[in-house]
Amino acid sequence: MAKRFSALLQFALVLALGYAIQMAMDAGMINRYYAHVMTVMAIFVVGAVSLNLINGICGQFSLGHAGFMAVGAYTAAIITKNPDLILPAIFTGNVRFILATLLGGMTAAFVGFLVGLPSLRLRGDYLAIVTLGFGEIIRILLLNWDFVGGASGYFGLVRHTNFFAAFLLSIITITIIRNFIQSSHGRACVSIREDEIAAETMGVPTTRYKVIAFVIASFFAGTAGSMMAHLTQMVTPASFTFILSIELLLMVVLGGLGSITGSIGAAIFLTYAAEALRAFRAYRMILYSLLLILIMLFRPKGLLGTQELSYGLLKESFKSLRTRWQRKKNDDITAAAE
Amino acid sequence: MAVLETINLTIRFGGLTAVSKFNISLEEGELVGLIGPNGAGKTTAFNMLTGVYQPSEGTIAFCDAPLCSATKALQPYQITRRGIARTFQNIRLFKELSVLDNVKIAYHQNVKYGLLPAFLHTGRYHAEEVEIEEKAIELLKIFGLDTKKSERAKNLPYGEQRRLEVARALATNPKLLLLDEPAAGMNPQETQQLMELINFIRKQFSLTILLIEHDMALVMGVCERIYVLDYGKIIAHGTPTEIRRNPKVIEAYLGEELVHA
Ligand SMILES: Nc1ncnc2c1ncn2[C@@H]1O[C@H](COP(=O)(O)OP(=O)(O)OP(=O)(O)O)[C@@H](O)[C@H]1O
Ligand SMILES: [Mg+2]
Repeated sequence: MAKRFSALLQFALVLALGYAIQMAMDAGMINRYYAHVMTVMAIFVVGAVSLNLINGICGQFSLGHAGFMAVGAYTAAIITKNPDLILPAIFTGNVRFILATLLGGMTAAFVGFLVGLPSLRLRGDYLAIVTLGFGEIIRILLLNWDFVGGASGYFGLVRHTNFFAAFLLSIITITIIRNFIQSSHGRACVSIREDEIAAETMGVPTTRYKVIAFVIASFFAGTAGSMMAHLTQMVTPASFTFILSIELLLMVVLGGLGSITGSIGAAIFLTYAAEALRAFRAYRMILYSLLLILIMLFRPKGLLGTQELSYGLLKESFKSLRTRWQRKKNDDITAAAE
Repeated sequence: MAVLETINLTIRFGGLTAVSKFNISLEEGELVGLIGPNGAGKTTAFNMLTGVYQPSEGTIAFCDAPLCSATKALQPYQITRRGIARTFQNIRLFKELSVLDNVKIAYHQNVKYGLLPAFLHTGRYHAEEVEIEEKAIELLKIFGLDTKKSERAKNLPYGEQRRLEVARALATNPKLLLLDEPAAGMNPQETQQLMELINFIRKQFSLTILLIEHDMALVMGVCERIYVLDYGKIIAHGTPTEIRRNPKVIEAYLGEELVHA
């Protein structure tokens, strides 16, 4: 009981913080540009953390996360733009947006199920190939679908997304995925990453859990897509391309495959870096590829590995730094004495 | 009643027949040895029994229910749930996970809470997790690993990794336990302790055990019956005394020099 209460309290405090930031933005204390970047950061946190569930926690390899964001974005955009399509017209304004975001997530989850089921039954790199193809198929379908504007995109969405909405979604995503990982179902997913044959032999239905993880991740990718669409007030087939999938992958790999806190940090950092380096946008694919190669060479498990950033970890690293420093000082003293 | 019965179990890898016409039958509560020279097909036989490999021919019956026949084959996890657990010759622990989590994963099949309680950490989730943790620690105590429950599996000394694998297999609550060279790489003292432990859990959990082991003295000492595999075929089977005297076994297993000597 106490555990649940403190978890709720923590959740409420974090939300209050997010709300305070939103109020500061509304009051003009944070300029509009930074407010926008922070909102994008929160959305990318959702994308990266959910992708980490597939690539980091479950040990599979998806290259098509942006495709699921596209599915969510377009589904939600169709619902909010057409007052009596799919959802009855009594739902309006933000309520319609929230429901549209949920439905966007659910559609993405359903598509994730259809894509995941056949490819996750097979071991190896099939998922990477299939998801790569899936992202392209979605893009080409959208290009040719006139109802949503085809190549020029779907415009004139109401700006439902503010910082607090994106922040709330990221906190919900983080909480649910973290809770999932700490459950027996999440442990089943981790065991697949560690050793698929041993997992199966310990009674874990590995295919089922790979699909479950994939569907959950697709759901959150879909909601992130909806958030993004209602922030930029438009969706085009070019909003969610292969490059975005690679960006998300880079966040997951940089933060550490399997580390939720790592993904959060990397999503924030890389979103910031992408903004700061806007002038070099044309070169970003080169930059991303180089970064990926460098990480794989020097830090194959990412900055954090599978570890979570916590007070304990900080204390440990601080201690080891201090002993190293102490030792160096002692060495210097002995060297000087000689 | 036979706990396990295989009929003409055969597997081919391309042109190589790794195991052919493998017929064994285990009675409840027995500790039976499976021996044979390197590459004889012992591990391959285990892989068929646990569903990791699909046999090319033959059937497996476990407690009179078919696990694998011409018309149907169960997945490894389904076989585990029926009550067959195993360890691996080249240890397959969940290396990056804690000792405790390694065992907890094996309890997964008994977990009744669904995804929603997992997402929200409801009361039901907490209640069952506490129960799993208690059970896991109890099991680790038997194996003398409870004090190391938070350590990562890969950081355990070799002998303890082997013990943890047995503990993890037991957590799936098996009727039949398949041990693939559980004493490999252990020193004589560790081996002795392990054998005592195996005898203990066998009685405590009323297990039937099939044991692959290279150490002849050890196998002869603990097993009630022994099957000898050579080039994928069972060439002999009987009590340790019978096996020791069997000329075919001596020739195959101990080398021809012994026969001439
Ligand atoms: N997946 C596979 N593909 C091809 N050949 C295989 C495969 N698995 C096993 N074999 C072959 O089957 C034969 C039996 O191997 P197995 O590992 O079962 O022997 P073993 O009796 O366990 O030997 P050891 O005592 O060395 O563990 C070997 O010749 C091996 O190369
Ligand atoms: Mg073997």
